[in-house]
Amino acid sequence: MKISDKFNELKKKREGALIAYICAGDPTPEGTKEYVTALVRGGADIIELGLPFSDPTADGPTIQAGIERALNGGMTPDIYFKIVGSLKVHIPLVVMTYYNLIFKRGLEKFVKDCVSFGISGIIVPDLSAEESGELAGFCKQYNVDLIFLVAPTTTESRMKRILAEGTGFVYLVARMGVTGARKDIAASTRELVERVKTTTPKAVGFGISNGKQASEIIRTGADGVIVGSAFVDIIASGKDVPERLEALARELKEGIRAAGK
Amino acid sequence: MKQELKLTKFGKYGGQFVPEVLMPAIEELTEQYEKYKDDPVFNKELDYYLRDFAGRPSPLYLAKHLSKEYGVRIYLKREDLVHGGAHKLNNTLGQALLTRYMGKKRIIAETGAGQHGTACAMAGAAFGIKTEVYMGARDTVRQRMNVYRMELMGAKVIPVKSGSQTLKDAINEAMRDWAANVETTHYMIGSVVGPHPYPMMVRDFQSVIGKEVRTQIMEKEGRFPDSIVACTGGGSNAMGIFYPFIEDDVDLFAVEAGGSGMKVTEKEALHSATLCTGEEGILHGMHTKVLQNKYGQILESSSIAAGLDYAGVGPELAYLADIGRIEPRNSMDSEALDAFHDLCRLEGIIPALESSHALAYVKKAASSGELGDIVVINISGRGDKDLETVMGMKK
Repeated sequence: MKISDKFNELKKKREGALIAYICAGDPTPEGTKEYVTALVRGGADIIELGLPFSDPTADGPTIQAGIERALNGGMTPDIYFKIVGSLKVHIPLVVMTYYNLIFKRGLEKFVKDCVSFGISGIIVPDLSAEESGELAGFCKQYNVDLIFLVAPTTTESRMKRILAEGTGFVYLVARMGVTGARKDIAASTRELVERVKTTTPKAVGFGISNGKQASEIIRTGADGVIVGSAFVDIIASGKDVPERLEALARELKEGIRAAGK
Repeated sequence: MKQELKLTKFGKYGGQFVPEVLMPAIEELTEQYEKYKDDPVFNKELDYYLRDFAGRPSPLYLAKHLSKEYGVRIYLKREDLVHGGAHKLNNTLGQALLTRYMGKKRIIAETGAGQHGTACAMAGAAFGIKTEVYMGARDTVRQRMNVYRMELMGAKVIPVKSGSQTLKDAINEAMRDWAANVETTHYMIGSVVGPHPYPMMVRDFQSVIGKEVRTQIMEKEGRFPDSIVACTGGGSNAMGIFYPFIEDDVDLFAVEAGGSGMKVTEKEALHSATLCTGEEGILHGMHTKVLQNKYGQILESSSIAAGLDYAGVGPELAYLADIGRIEPRNSMDSEALDAFHDLCRLEGIIPALESSHALAYVKKAASSGELGDIVVINISGRGDKDLETVMGMKK
């Protein structure tokens, strides 16, 4: 499913999107299918499935730990695409990974694999708009979305460039830094949402962990909420993982619905 | 031969592969560095610190006994005599001064064995700038003395407990800190690696080494050397001595760590010979050569010399190797140890194990004639820090 179709569908229902991240293969390749299914049952609208890289410099310690578990569990890009191909979900899937894995596989092959295994979008946190030309070309050719991040520090000139390059949705980094818990998210998020002038949907991520926060984010004018660390924490605990993933997804989605659109 | 570039690149290498949160800081740094690098006031002040604080120029010393033993005329560029015992201070003084010119109040850095961290602590103290150094928790235990040295000079050492608790986790943590505090903080990278402008900027600050050699060798020999040999991990001492000679008829040898052999498994390499065996990839913000498996996962590298133990290499070195301007070579742990003992015994100089790799290559290659008649070896640091390692090997 195309990301834009999903956002259009949600728009008609006057609803924001829940975008759920987990790292594929965490802690073993076998669990991923069940976890994704649980997230979808709980109400996730888009799944962002991490493809683990050995040196994840843009991720916080929680997700870094998940990535390490996945790599120790034997995760590879080949297994990743196999897992993705076996998923029977009817929502958009997005791959999040670092540029070296794409580069090594070959940019065109990677994008073609995305198409053949049912991935609609690519997020590469260490690929700046400046360096993205070649990958963007293949994404356009094969009709795969290339999703970019914007941060509170992003300058106006960079903002224009990023918004011109990106498709699918814009990933707004809600606060500075990459880690940990957070206090007041509303004010700085509202400011950022207002600064990002585009018709492409805006999804806000980094540090959101409960329904109340999700609700707040949607009220700032965002079209979607991205949640990662909170899900990865559940996987790390190893206890009742599918049930708790589903429950958290449900809580987040209820918070999003409560905010309306 | 100066780079045929698209501004941020050396041929196809280099670039800026960093998270968006860091891009504005990188842009600001690029702009500020361009503004000050040729500024006479900035350079006058930097020269002052290099001379009166760091003790430059470092001598170029004719190693008579070693020359006789190895069969080629050998000059040693004595970076081991620079304050702190290594070339690292050349770069940290430059960046600390730039930090002040940029109006930033805080320096952060990552360190593995503690050499770069120590040089940061020195520069931070010299300029009165608060300095915090991220170091893997395991490394803080292995390198207790360096932790203590940094603390004595007023730096705060932050042990990193995530992941493998070594250098790469320290890099991750430093990048997170920078992302969260870009307005007030400068991130001091210790080698010619990372996103543009770091490879260029660190090269420029280290080029003082090669510039001095140009003058010194003319005084002593009335001509340039036939070859220059430097050890290469990230490559800052190599670029520093090579760069001023890049357009001259001087052969440049980058000697990497051959570790315990040129073998590789799925997860690790027994060496750190990135220029010799690495493949193109993207790591730590740059397109360069890296040690990686068939999927692009970065391998753990290995070397007896912590300063060479890195799975990447400076992008300019990758470029210069591709176009044939530098010759990548390697020396094994055991060869470096041999050469280490040679220099101690014959010349009364204890070199760093890193620099010993360069010595070892000269020992191997001198008789083949490929180094010519006069060779300059960069003794990038002194070996006092390595004595425990060497003693351990003797047992």
